[in-house]
Amino acid sequence: MKKDITSGAPRIREPLNDTQLLMTITICIFVAMYAAAMIFMRGGFLKAQQFFDLLNDNAYLIIISCSLTIVMIGGGINISVGGVISLTVMACAMYLESSSSTSILTTLLLALGIGLAFGLLQGFLISYLEIQPFIVTLAGMFLARGLTTILSVNPVKVTHERFLNLVKTKVEIAWLGYTAKNGALIPAKLEIGAVVALMVVVLVYLMLRYTRLGRNIYAIGGNQQSALMLGINVKLTRFWSYVLSGSLSGLAGFVFLMHKPAGNASVALRSEMDAIASSIIGGTLLTGGVGNVIGSFFGTMILGTIQKIIALSPLNASWWQEMANGAMLGLFIMLQSVILMRRHNKKH
Amino acid sequence: MQDDIILTMRGICKVFPGVKALSNVDFTLRRGKIHALMGENGAGKSTLIKVLTGVYSMDGGEIRIEGHDSPIIIHSPQEAQSYGISTVYQEISLCPNLTVAENMYIGRDSAHTVNWKQREKKAGELLDSLGIPARPRQQLASCSLAVQQMVAIARAVDTECKVLILDEPTSSLDDKEVEMLFGLMRELKSRGVGIVFVTHFLEQVYEVSDQITVLRNGELVGEYDVEKLPQVELVAKMMGKDLNDLAELEQFGKKSVPGDEVIYEAQELSSTESKPFDFRIRKGEVNGFTGLLGSGRSESVRAIFGADHVTGGKVKIRGKDVKISNPHDAMKNGVGYLPEDRKRDGIIADLSVRDNIILALQVLNGMGRPISRQKAEEFADEYIEALNIKTASTETPVGSLSGGNQQKVILARWLLTHPDYLILDEPTRGIDVGTKLEIQKLVLKLASENMSVTFISSEIEEMLRTCSRLIVMRDRNIVGELKGEELTQANVMNTIAGGERQNA
Repeated sequence: MKKDITSGAPRIREPLNDTQLLMTITICIFVAMYAAAMIFMRGGFLKAQQFFDLLNDNAYLIIISCSLTIVMIGGGINISVGGVISLTVMACAMYLESSSSTSILTTLLLALGIGLAFGLLQGFLISYLEIQPFIVTLAGMFLARGLTTILSVNPVKVTHERFLNLVKTKVEIAWLGYTAKNGALIPAKLEIGAVVALMVVVLVYLMLRYTRLGRNIYAIGGNQQSALMLGINVKLTRFWSYVLSGSLSGLAGFVFLMHKPAGNASVALRSEMDAIASSIIGGTLLTGGVGNVIGSFFGTMILGTIQKIIALSPLNASWWQEMANGAMLGLFIMLQSVILMRRHNKKH
Repeated sequence: MQDDIILTMRGICKVFPGVKALSNVDFTLRRGKIHALMGENGAGKSTLIKVLTGVYSMDGGEIRIEGHDSPIIIHSPQEAQSYGISTVYQEISLCPNLTVAENMYIGRDSAHTVNWKQREKKAGELLDSLGIPARPRQQLASCSLAVQQMVAIARAVDTECKVLILDEPTSSLDDKEVEMLFGLMRELKSRGVGIVFVTHFLEQVYEVSDQITVLRNGELVGEYDVEKLPQVELVAKMMGKDLNDLAELEQFGKKSVPGDEVIYEAQELSSTESKPFDFRIRKGEVNGFTGLLGSGRSESVRAIFGADHVTGGKVKIRGKDVKISNPHDAMKNGVGYLPEDRKRDGIIADLSVRDNIILALQVLNGMGRPISRQKAEEFADEYIEALNIKTASTETPVGSLSGGNQQKVILARWLLTHPDYLILDEPTRGIDVGTKLEIQKLVLKLASENMSVTFISSEIEEMLRTCSRLIVMRDRNIVGELKGEELTQANVMNTIAGGERQNA
C-alpha cells in the first residue's frame, strides 16, 4: 500500500458511493443473467454474435439511455427522445430519397440539427422559464410525432445507394467468429451504429466524470438549492443537459436509420420508456444526483437480454416481454430504495 | 485596537413592504474574535446577515471592510466572497451525493475539466490542517452532520477569508459534535479570522464568544464583552424586559384550580425533534411551556400530539397506558393541538369556515360517517357565535379572514371535538390585542369547565396571566418548573438564563 504523504496515514479504500454501488449491482445482475442464459438456453447465447446482436439491435436505445441518464442525474426527465428519433428517421429518410447525390454527412448533420433544435427549445423552456420538464418534453414528444406524420403518412423506404452500403458495412472480428456447418468461418459482426453507441457511452462517461459541466449536473441533481449556494450556474447547467440530451436523440435517430433504413410514423414508439427503465435499472435515481452511463448501458443490455431470452423461449409473446421488463424495473427500484435506505439510516 | 477591526457596519437600515426590518444597526467585528449575534426570532439577525452577504440590498448605512478605503456595496454572495466574507448556513448547503473534496471546490474552479488527483490532494491538506475528520474521497452523505458542517466551513475559509459567518451552525448537532465545531472555530480564530456566530443557544455563546451584539425588533440593543454581560441580563436584553421593573401584572379573570385527576402523563417521551422529557397535566389545569424560541417547547408539545415521529417513552391518559404515534391516535384519546404555524399546519385556506370547523370532528367520526350539511351548518353557526368569529358567512373561505379570526376557527375546530386536553401553541401570535385577550379568557373559561390546557406563548405576561404552572426549557431540556407564588417575570427569566441570580 502506498503511503499518503500529506497525512502520513495509510490511504483508506473508500466504500462505494451510491452511484458506484447501484452500478455494480446492475453489472453483476447482467453478468449473472447472461451466464444463466448461456448455461440454460445454450444455442445462440454461446456464440459471440449473440452478444454483438444485442449491441446492434439496441444501439439507438443505448444512446437515448445515455441521453436520459444525463437529464435524470440533473434531476430532470426527457420523454421526447422517442418522438425525436421518429422525426429524425423520417426526415433523414426523405432527405436521402430526395436525390441520389445527397451526402451522408449532411444527413448526419440534419439528424443532429433536429435533435439540437429540440434540445435548445426544451432546455430553454425548462431552465429559463422554469416549466416542469415532464410537461415540456411531453409537448415535445407530441410535436415530434405530429411532425413525423406531417412529413409523410406512409412509410418511406431508403433506397439511397451509398447509405445502404453504409448500413451493410460491419466491423468483422474474425477470432470471435464461429465455423459454420459447411466449414466456412463466419466472423462476428458489429454494426457501425453499435460502435457509435459504445463511443457515446465512453464519451458521456468521461464528460460526466471529468468536466465541470458534468460535475455541475450531478450537483444540481443532488441538491439544487445547495448547488446555487455553491456558486454553480444552475440554469445554464440544466440548459446544457437538455441540449446534450436532445442532440443525442438526434444521433440516436441516425443510428436507428442505419439499423433499419426506413422512415415510419411509429418508429421507436415508447422507446423513451425503455430508456427511462434502462437508466433506472442502471442505477440512476429519478430524484437526481445519482447515476452513471456505464450503468445505463448495462441496464439497456439487461432489457435486451430479457427480450432475447423470451424470443428464444416457448413464451415468445410480447406481453411476456412487457411483464418481464415491468418485473425487472419493480425489482430494481425496490432493491435500490432498500439499499439506499439501509445505508442512510445507519448513520443515525 | 482600531487596527484590529476588520468589518464595520454603520447605521444599517432595511425596509420590507410594511415592515422596518432593520433600523440604524451597527456591528463591528475584530480580527481573531468570535462575535455572537443574538436576538429572538424576528429581531433582525438573519436580515443583517443577508445584508452583509449581499442577499438583500440595504436601504441605508455603510459597510467597511479592512483593505478597502471607501465603503463597499455588496450585491451578491459571490461578491461578498470576493471581499473575503463567507457564510455557512444552518441548512447545510452542500451536495450530499458528491465527495467531500468535490463539495469543497465545485463551483469555484474556472477550469473546464476536473483534475481529481490535484483536487483531492488539496482538499486532504486543508482538512488535515484544520483537523477535520473527513476523507477527501468520502461521499458527503456518509459524514455526520457535524462533519458536513465542518466541510462547509473548510470550503468557506479556503478562499481568502477574513469574515466567516456561521448562521445557527449548531442547531442540529449533539453536544459532542458541538464541541468538535467549537474546536474548529477556535482554530480559525487563532488564524485571525473574524467569526460572526449567530445562535440562540445561550450557553454556547458563553463558551466560545468574545463579544455579543444584541438586536431586538430590528434595532440595536448594544454591543457587550462577554465577561461583562451576565447570562440573565442577556436574556432580559433579548426580550426587552427591564429586570428591575418587577411590577406585578394585574390579574384578570380567576386562574383555574386544577383537580386531582391526572389527565395526561408522559415518561421519557421523545421524538425525532425533541429530547426525552417527563410531563403530566391534571384535570382543569392550565400549564405552559416557556423558553426562548428554539428552546424546544414546540417540539415537546408536538411529541405529545404525535406530530413528529415519536421515538420512545410511555404515555398514560387517565392512568391508562396508550400509544400515541400520530396525531390521529392523539385525537382519539381526546387530545387536541392548535399548531404554531397557523398558515402551514392549521387552516386550509381555500376551504370555507364551515368545512374548516368540522374538519377534526369529521376525521374522528371516520370517512364512512359524513357530517350532514345541516349538522355542519349548525356546528359552524354555534361556534361562530360562541367565539365571536367575524366572517361574512359560513361559506367564506377561511383564508380571507383576519389572522385572529382564522385562529378562532381552528380553536372552534378543536372545541367541537370536546377534547379533554387541548394544546395551544402560540395561539396569540400575530393577532390583534383584543383577540389576544379573548383567547386568554377563553383558556381560563375552558379550564374552569375541567378541560386541561397547555398554553404556549412568546409573551411571558400572557402565560403568567393564564397558567398555574410553567415548565421552563432551555437548549431543548426542561430546566425548571414554576408554580404559584414563583410565577413572576424575574423568576422566569432567571430560570431561562440558567438560574444565577445576577442583577445589574
